[in-house]
Amino acid sequence: MQMTGAEALLEAMRREGVEVIFGYPGGALLPVYDVLYDTTDIRHILVRHEQGAAHAADGYARASGKVGVCMATSGPGGTNLVTGIATAYMDSIPIVAITGQVPTFAVGKDAFQEADITGITMPITKHNYLITDANELPRIVKEAFHIARTGRPGPVLIDLPRDVQQASIEFEYPEKVQLRGYRPVTTGHARMIERAAEMIDAAERPVIYGGGGITASDAQAELVALAERADIPVTMTLMGKGGFPDDHELSLGMPGMHGTAYANYALHEADLIIALGTRFDDRVTGKLDMFARRAKVIHVDVDPAEIGKNVRPALPIVGDVKQVVGELAKRVKENRHPKWRERIAEWKRQYPLTWKGDGLKPQFVIQEIWKATEGRAVIVTEVGQNQMWAAQFYPCRETRQFLSSGGLGTMGYGLPAAIGAQVARPDRSVWDIAGDGSIQMNIQELASAVAAKLPVKVAILNNGYLGMVRQWQTLFFQDRISHTDISDVTPDFVKLAEAYGAVGLRVTEKSEVTRAIERAMEIDDRPCMIDFHVARDENVMPMVPAGGTVDDMLVE
Amino acid sequence: MTMKHTISVLVNNRPGVLARAAGLFARRGFNIDSLAVSTTNDPDTSRMTIVVDGPDQVLEQISKQLYKLMDVIKVLDHQDEPVVTRELALVKVRADANSRAEIMQTVSIFRANIVDISETTFTVEVTGGAEKIDALINLLSKHGIKEMMRTGRIVLSRGPRTA
Repeated sequence: MQMTGAEALLEAMRREGVEVIFGYPGGALLPVYDVLYDTTDIRHILVRHEQGAAHAADGYARASGKVGVCMATSGPGGTNLVTGIATAYMDSIPIVAITGQVPTFAVGKDAFQEADITGITMPITKHNYLITDANELPRIVKEAFHIARTGRPGPVLIDLPRDVQQASIEFEYPEKVQLRGYRPVTTGHARMIERAAEMIDAAERPVIYGGGGITASDAQAELVALAERADIPVTMTLMGKGGFPDDHELSLGMPGMHGTAYANYALHEADLIIALGTRFDDRVTGKLDMFARRAKVIHVDVDPAEIGKNVRPALPIVGDVKQVVGELAKRVKENRHPKWRERIAEWKRQYPLTWKGDGLKPQFVIQEIWKATEGRAVIVTEVGQNQMWAAQFYPCRETRQFLSSGGLGTMGYGLPAAIGAQVARPDRSVWDIAGDGSIQMNIQELASAVAAKLPVKVAILNNGYLGMVRQWQTLFFQDRISHTDISDVTPDFVKLAEAYGAVGLRVTEKSEVTRAIERAMEIDDRPCMIDFHVARDENVMPMVPAGGTVDDMLVE
Repeated sequence: MTMKHTISVLVNNRPGVLARAAGLFARRGFNIDSLAVSTTNDPDTSRMTIVVDGPDQVLEQISKQLYKLMDVIKVLDHQDEPVVTRELALVKVRADANSRAEIMQTVSIFRANIVDISETTFTVEVTGGAEKIDALINLLSKHGIKEMMRTGRIVLSRGPRTA
């Protein structure tokens, strides 16, 4: 069929099952937006800043398991996507970003709104393309979606010059992708799996340490089966949260810097660590050569480059986590570790995850949101203290229920990602747990949510500080509060919400918390932002200082 | 352990591939000692030979990262195998009446060639391993080298093995 490049782009997306595009138009994308004018089967959510588009596509992808799509014009449109693309790259989230580009004859001539976006995004995309021949467009779009969602998922960018959008082509969508440089291994080596099962059977103090790979490969059922059969306690990273039910008796919660004391002690004393779809991030390991010194490590990951990057495993298995864990669950012996379980139970009694004091505490707010939503909300976070408290005090039972910028740690992620999540999950209550610092980084996206009638809830844990940095200054820089007190100018968040056409609520007393949350839950046609004036000087505990060990852990 | 590594990379013959590969080294602060790129017997495939100095473990990581690039088909670190390696150099050396005979003799011993000649200079072409080229340059330098250029090292495995 004869069509323009712009029509071919939309048709290719249709073939890939795209339901929604988060975008912002501009000169170099006019032909595509002209096609969108008549498009009814693909929804377009207009953001108010391109960074919001990238995060919304990311939030959509995390909440749905599908590929998220964002779109921006050339030059500043593309550069505004960069933080969102880097966020998705660090957390292995499948998104396809489309950027307009100046016409091919003008590329490289510093034309108006020209930026070398393929050059800029080279180190933060799984792959990227500059299309110079419209005939290649269908194949490239097909490849882009394939690359984004397979193997270790990640963002792919397609840069589309304006004349390519206008060129006429014969549209033929390829059935298969042929990429000779890309053949991700999905099936783990049978002999290695056999050996892993033997190691698990022989272990006395095993711990499973699971990450985002559990979510990416949808391996929760297999993981639960393995843990229960072999009686192995499980700690899930921030990226893996929900991949093993937080309320399961074998759950240790999160490991690492702000993980539970018992998860960290268990890793420290384990004789076998089964690392599944995770990458031994410094926020988990602390001082690397002191990490889990008594343990042999089995490392399962779909990305061979992760194996041996930070920790040399005794047994590496390259493969899809779901497949490998499924095999392991069948092969391990039924087992019980009563002594090990009792040791962990003792740590749980001794160092429970809790907080002190009775005022309007941020932890209390999150716990009340958990109660009101019956633990079923999709929780999106910003970055900082709000993020860690959300991870600690909102137990999750499902994958794709807790969305957070783990690797890049992007402040301003939460609100636009919540918009994407709400589009993906209209059936669920979606909450952005925010700080008063983070929320101001993409506050303009309130307008997008209002325009799209999305009932996202924003809970601002307002302490007048860039709280996590303030915490570090307090603990490690002699309380020299350098440029982290932002209480001198805090916008009136209630008025701000109202100015955007959203609902704003303010809570200053503990007794008002539950009522405000319930009020927010009643609103179903627009966003609601609650400004919780929480205790200012609360610290996130426990804490293993950066580069420290469990012996350095602060518990209160 | 830090050692010089010679890495062969088979890639799709497409724009931007070199930049992607080079970026992985630059990001980790590695200077590439030498680099040679050409198409192969298959016009869709190019071959890079990269010589770089660095700790084994970091280079293992770079090799794995290279493999992750969509356009990379194969990566081979020639660390522990016999290889044929060659470089080529062009050396423009000052050559006057007094030194011409000696230079010609030296060039002949090295099985190098004089490929251009002027009133005051010879241009010498030499191929071989790095040590041979170093040695010739060293001998020519006393006559005064005006300009020179060396190619990157190129490498193939010995015997029937292919990358």
